[in-house]
Amino acid sequence: MWKFIVRRLFVTFPQILLLSIIVFLMAEMMPGDALTGLIDPNIDPAAIEAQRERLGLNDPWHIKYADWVSGLVQGDLGQSFRFKMPVSDLVGQRLLNTFWLSVATLIFTYAIALPLGIISGRWNDTWGDRLITGYTYVGFAAPLFITALVMLWVFGFQLGWFPTGGSVAPGLEPGSWDYFVSKVQHLLLPAFSMAVITTVSTVQYLRSEIIDTKQKDFIITARAKGAPESRVYNRHIFRNSLVPIAAFFGYEITGLIGGSIFVENIYGYPGMGQLFLDSVLLRDFSVVTVVVLIFGIAAILGALISDILLSIIDPRIRIK
Amino acid sequence: MSEELVKIQNLKTSFRIKDDYYAAVDDVTLSVNKNEVLAIVGESGSGKSALAFSVMGLHNRAKIEGDIYFKDQNIPKLSPAKLNQMRGDDMAMIFQDPLTALNPLMTIGDQISETLFLHNKNLSKEKRRERVIDLLNQVGIPRPEYIYDQYPHELSGGMRQRVIIAIAIANKPELLIADEPTTALDVTIQAQILDLIRELKEDMDAGVILITHDLGVVAEMADRVAVMYAGQIVEIADVHSLFENPLHPYTRSLLNSVPNADEVQDKLHVIQGIVPSLQYLPRKGCRFASRIPWIDESAHEENPEMHEVRPGHFVRCTCHSQFYFPEENKEEHSDGIS
Ligand SMILES: Nc1ncnc2c1ncn2[C@@H]1O[C@H](COP(=O)(O)OP(=O)(O)OP(=O)(O)O)[C@@H](O)[C@H]1O
Ligand SMILES: [Mg+2]
Repeated sequence: MWKFIVRRLFVTFPQILLLSIIVFLMAEMMPGDALTGLIDPNIDPAAIEAQRERLGLNDPWHIKYADWVSGLVQGDLGQSFRFKMPVSDLVGQRLLNTFWLSVATLIFTYAIALPLGIISGRWNDTWGDRLITGYTYVGFAAPLFITALVMLWVFGFQLGWFPTGGSVAPGLEPGSWDYFVSKVQHLLLPAFSMAVITTVSTVQYLRSEIIDTKQKDFIITARAKGAPESRVYNRHIFRNSLVPIAAFFGYEITGLIGGSIFVENIYGYPGMGQLFLDSVLLRDFSVVTVVVLIFGIAAILGALISDILLSIIDPRIRIK
Repeated sequence: MSEELVKIQNLKTSFRIKDDYYAAVDDVTLSVNKNEVLAIVGESGSGKSALAFSVMGLHNRAKIEGDIYFKDQNIPKLSPAKLNQMRGDDMAMIFQDPLTALNPLMTIGDQISETLFLHNKNLSKEKRRERVIDLLNQVGIPRPEYIYDQYPHELSGGMRQRVIIAIAIANKPELLIADEPTTALDVTIQAQILDLIRELKEDMDAGVILITHDLGVVAEMADRVAVMYAGQIVEIADVHSLFENPLHPYTRSLLNSVPNADEVQDKLHVIQGIVPSLQYLPRKGCRFASRIPWIDESAHEENPEMHEVRPGHFVRCTCHSQFYFPEENKEEHSDGIS
């Protein structure tokens, strides 16, 4: 298993390198740059051109890429032209916010998916299963942003159970207990509204996987040994049904990135998703590039974690 | 007379298809003695596995009528707890497909160990491991300590079938059901596995129900043979009577279908057709009548019953007395039928 994990890690580095090149080239190909929007008829075009030259905006792409990467490695993510501050300062706190939002969403996702999938799969075609399957259909049909808006309106504004914006109440001392509690409170609603939608695919996956595993020959073997039903499920069916769920984890992370863009904007939650949308709209490409790169790395790491989980659960994977 | 171990009476196992139940095992009565191999033969779909699963109580959606007496219990009437107590302990089953019958995520050792644990919670982990190693040795698996920690995908089909046998015999069952234990294996391994089953039967004085398509296996292994067609037993006899004097047209066709190097193979000596699927099975009259249309209808009984033609040799329906293979073959191979 360790051999597999080490080998898998070796694949991850070239993946990230390739990602950085693609992201960089895409940023380069975008029409205009940070100065385009500043064009004021009163400014001499020659002066703008000189400014471009000074900023290195006219260099060939590989030089710019090398500059960019060596900057990244030293923690210099570039300068945001719009916010007039280093991108690293802009990203720092937001990355953490999004990280915690994602963790909370994942916890909710699996806290919902595992029991529902298991109930639905074990007792398929009962009224409980029909209810759960009904929910997954609704979850597939309902767009995330509508659900998030409705939840914000109901639980945030109407019932007032949760804060309706930001990531923490103002005026609290970072590191204090109250600060922590406030952070969690700000997380719950966006995380939950994202989870109720993203979880449906996992519920369906788990359900069909359990129904499938139930009829496998080795389950009959287990029964023929005299294993009681509870043991047949816990030892044999569930574990085998988790294999594709682990494989699905990587996609779950990618889905989370997309979801965070909607949810953070709806909840005014200062995270990467919000920053992404803002900087795209403002054409702040140095920020967009960094955000896309971070999203990409998150997706690659998601796939990595997925494969490691798989290798822990399924001995057949370890050989390859 | 040897001692009776299992007594199946009027067993009817029905599956639900759409809104109706259709019997896949229809009014089967038979018994298995201690230290006896009862072979059940019949083509695909005749209900052999459905019968075996009924005895093991492994059907979860079928309707089971009739009685299966074993060790003073009636299996279809048992509570799940009592049934689990007997399965894997008093009775065990060897499955048809060694490639799918083992849990891919559990080590070989753990899978054998589980059945020991389930029936003896007091056995220490170390003792269980020792016993598993013993069992692996017993079924002829080399390097058992090493194999203990292997996963099924790391073993060949023959080795996996041995593991399945080790699971089945772990608690020394009195009744062993083997559902086509060798179909998935090549010939040399087949012979080894059969030897293994025979040894176990003798060592443990167990009754064995051996399900197979292969009449060669029957000749080699069985004490008695039951021939099944479309959910019913059509003929049952000790192995010698059956091979020397097959009566039912279906049995005669089966025996003719055995590849034999000395004789010219003639497809027409084998009755063509397949077992109809459950929904379209004629439930009245002789079930085999549609496959031997050249036999006059009056030859069949209205409600075919088992007739004891010789002591211990039973055949269903009266049609066997008037049965012949179609004319054109009879002339060419008049010496082919015994
Ligand atoms: N769970 C089930 N639901 C519905 N029909 C079933 C079920 N299991 C078996 N059958 C049907 O019952 C009949 C007998 O099946 P069974 O598996 O017992 O045949 P078999 O004699 O074991 O055949 P084979 O030699 O192919 O294993 C078949 O027509 C089959 O389609
Ligand atoms: Mg079968």
